[in-house]
Amino acid sequence: MSSLILWGLLWEFVGQIELTFFLPPLSAIFSTLMEIGGTKPFIKALQETAHAFSIGTLSAILIGVPTGILMGKSRLIDELLLPWVNLFLSAPLTALVPVLMVLFGFGLKAIIITTTLFAIWIIVLNSRAGVMQINQSLVEMSRSFGASPLAAFTKIYFWAALPEILGGVRIGFIRAVKGVIIGQLLISIVGFGSLFELYASNFLMSHFWAVLIVLFALSFVIAEFLAYLERRVEYYAARR
Amino acid sequence: MTGRIENAVTVHNVSKSYGDVEALRDLSLDFPRGQLTSLLGPSGCGKTTLLKIIAGLLPASSGEVFINGTPVTGPGADRAFVFQDFALMPWATVLRNVAFGLELRGVSRSEREAIAEKYIIEVGLKGFEHSFPHELSGGMRQRVGLARALSVDADVLLMDEPFSAVDEQTRRKFQEDLLGLVQNENKTFLFVTHSIEEAVYVSDQIAILLPRPSRVMEVIRPSGFRDRDVNSIRRDPEYLDIVDRIWASLKSYVE
Repeated sequence: MSSLILWGLLWEFVGQIELTFFLPPLSAIFSTLMEIGGTKPFIKALQETAHAFSIGTLSAILIGVPTGILMGKSRLIDELLLPWVNLFLSAPLTALVPVLMVLFGFGLKAIIITTTLFAIWIIVLNSRAGVMQINQSLVEMSRSFGASPLAAFTKIYFWAALPEILGGVRIGFIRAVKGVIIGQLLISIVGFGSLFELYASNFLMSHFWAVLIVLFALSFVIAEFLAYLERRVEYYAARR
Repeated sequence: MTGRIENAVTVHNVSKSYGDVEALRDLSLDFPRGQLTSLLGPSGCGKTTLLKIIAGLLPASSGEVFINGTPVTGPGADRAFVFQDFALMPWATVLRNVAFGLELRGVSRSEREAIAEKYIIEVGLKGFEHSFPHELSGGMRQRVGLARALSVDADVLLMDEPFSAVDEQTRRKFQEDLLGLVQNENKTFLFVTHSIEEAVYVSDQIAILLPRPSRVMEVIRPSGFRDRDVNSIRRDPEYLDIVDRIWASLKSYVE
């Protein structure tokens, strides 16, 4: 925290001596933020971004977690899907965005799919890893007491893999922030993407920084919240 | 009907191979109802494999297992398993862990928790209902595993080296408690162990298994000391004789 204040003060100083137009003083950025924070375009941009982000990450979780668990459970599904997951995990997905535009048009749908594509692979891989390290006698225990495949899935596999799943979701969220901004810059200029575009092309640097700080703060808070959840379940991760 | 089937569990010519490795060959064994039978043998003799085949967790390569005259095709409500490493859900309380077998059978929450509560008290864990497994000692965790197996009220209790992961004093206490369970619960116990003393102490019948290829070498039925006071069993001449005899025959198989 104190290091953050130190760097903030340095920023303020560099801004005040007007070294470069690119870096206005931090205080000016915050006063701009106060100014534009309540305005209609800003709220609208925030809503558009949050909308695409939440649907994109939610579908990444809803598809990614069960897929990962199934891959961890079934050798066949694993061998079918793992090469693709690894491929997409390391692929420069930004290069795929034009293809998505062709396939899904220039609207919200393509942005959401971009967000999902950025987030989902690490969620799949982590859920898979979580299931693969599951204590085998827990699986035998649930079978011996007559668990149906569905009950084993929801009562054993999911919970046993939860620490890894949450780790994957946290990294997935961080990647989804990239996805949603790239989508809003490349596919259609909406949301925060449109604000970036507007401010940067008009050299409104304090506006630009203000939006950037909001974005950084939001993704940081989300990541920290997920890290907190992860720590909550760690007590049993270490003792499996 | 009950007169005809006096063996709760019958294993008939069971073989099991993993690829080229033969874990069990043509093994036949009867487990009398209401008694405790130990499967005793050196490591690698396939005793846990046999127990898991009886549990329905592993398929036999050939041969059949009957529970009360019905062939085993998979896990069933007539059997409950106690695991060597306890197999408790670390994210669930003692109460939920004990009630888990009933939860899987769709018993309503209030009903299954009432049953679980009863067995938690019976195994001596009253007051720990809302503790998590990592807050308990090894011995207490196995009491949770035992309470879970008891609460589904299965005819047959399958215990896979249940006391091997607890300390010596706790283990002795467990062995005494187990004798009480066999007396009071009208169940058939199958008990895997590698400890000769433990097997002779707790068993009505001891099946000695030998490795390579796995087979039943001998079935011993201690007769003299079973009805005596638990505290004098270890001084009983028959107890000591049987321990010696088993050791003499197993000695050559220990590397």
